[in-house]
Amino acid sequence: MIELYLLLAVMLAAALVASETKNLLAAAVALGLVGFSVAIIFILVQAPDLAIVQIVVETLTVVFFTAVILRTTEIDTTVTGGLKMETAMFIAAFLAFGGLFLALIVGVLRELPRFGEPVMRVAQEYVQFGLERTGAANIVAAIILDFRGYDTLGEATVLFTAVIGVLTVMRLVTRKKPWEM
Amino acid sequence: MRGMSSIVQVITGLMAGMLILYGGYITLHGHLTPGGGFAGGVLIAAALILVSLAFGSVEQVERKEYILSSIFESFGGLGFLALALTGYFAFDCFFRNAGVFLIGKPLQLVSGGVIPLANIAIGLKVGAGLFAIFLALGASRFVMKE
Repeated sequence: MIELYLLLAVMLAAALVASETKNLLAAAVALGLVGFSVAIIFILVQAPDLAIVQIVVETLTVVFFTAVILRTTEIDTTVTGGLKMETAMFIAAFLAFGGLFLALIVGVLRELPRFGEPVMRVAQEYVQFGLERTGAANIVAAIILDFRGYDTLGEATVLFTAVIGVLTVMRLVTRKKPWEM
Repeated sequence: MRGMSSIVQVITGLMAGMLILYGGYITLHGHLTPGGGFAGGVLIAAALILVSLAFGSVEQVERKEYILSSIFESFGGLGFLALALTGYFAFDCFFRNAGVFLIGKPLQLVSGGVIPLANIAIGLKVGAGLFAIFLALGASRFVMKE
C-alpha cells in the first residue's frame, strides 16, 4: 500500500506545481502527471477498465493543452527573486490553516472503515451472486448493466444531453455554412 | 494538400483499423473481461478522430458524417432504453435481465442475457457521440476564424 501513498504525494505536489507555476507548459506537464498517477492508482486498486479510459482521456488532454499552449503563448524567461514580507505571511497563514484542516481530516478519516474492508452488505451481495444471477463473468458489467441499470441509463442520458448541447450551441455558430443551407 | 503529412497518413492507415478492432473487441467482451461499452466506444471515437485529423481537414467536413454520427448516437441510446423496456414487458420489472436463463453458459461469448447487447448499444452511443462533438467543435473553429 506504500506505493499508493507515494503516488498520492506525487499527485499533491504536481497539482500544487500546476496551479502555482508561471510556465504554462510545465503546468500542462504537471497536470498530465496528476492524471497518469490516477491511472496507475486505478490499476493498483484493480480497476483496469477505468485505467484504460483515464489513460485515453489524459493523453488527449495533455496533447490538446500542449498544442494550444505552444500555439498561443511565448516562453517567458524573466526570473523573479527574493522572498517578500507579504509572501511570507501568506505562507505562514496557509500552513496554519492547512495544519488545522489536516488535523480535522485525520480525525474524520479514523471513523471510516479500513481500506479494502467495506462494511456494505449490498455490495457483498453483488459480488457473491453476480455470476449466477446475471451470467456475466465481469462483475463490473454485471453491476452497471444489471443491478444498477438505472444509474447507467442516467449516465447515458447525461452524455446524450451533453452531445445535444454541444451540437445545438455550435449549430448557432455554423448556421451560415453551405452545408447548413 | 488535404490533411497532414504522408508520414502521419501512412501510420494512421496502419493504426486506425487496429484501433477500431480493439474498440470492438473491448465492447463485445464487456461482460467477460475488463472494459465495456464506454471504454470501447471511446476507443472507436479516438480512431475516427485520428482518421479525420490525418486524412481530411476539418474545413471539408461533410454534412453527411455530421448527421450520421448523430443518428448512430440516438440509436445507441434508444437501443439501451429498448433493452430496459424488454425486461419490463417480459418480466414486469424495468431493467430485468431478460435473457439470462435462455441462451449460453457463463464465461462464453454469448451469455449474460442482454448485457452484451447493452454494451454494444452504449459503445455505439459513446463512440458516435464523441465523434459528433469533435466534428461540431472543429467546424465551429473554422467558422470563427473567418
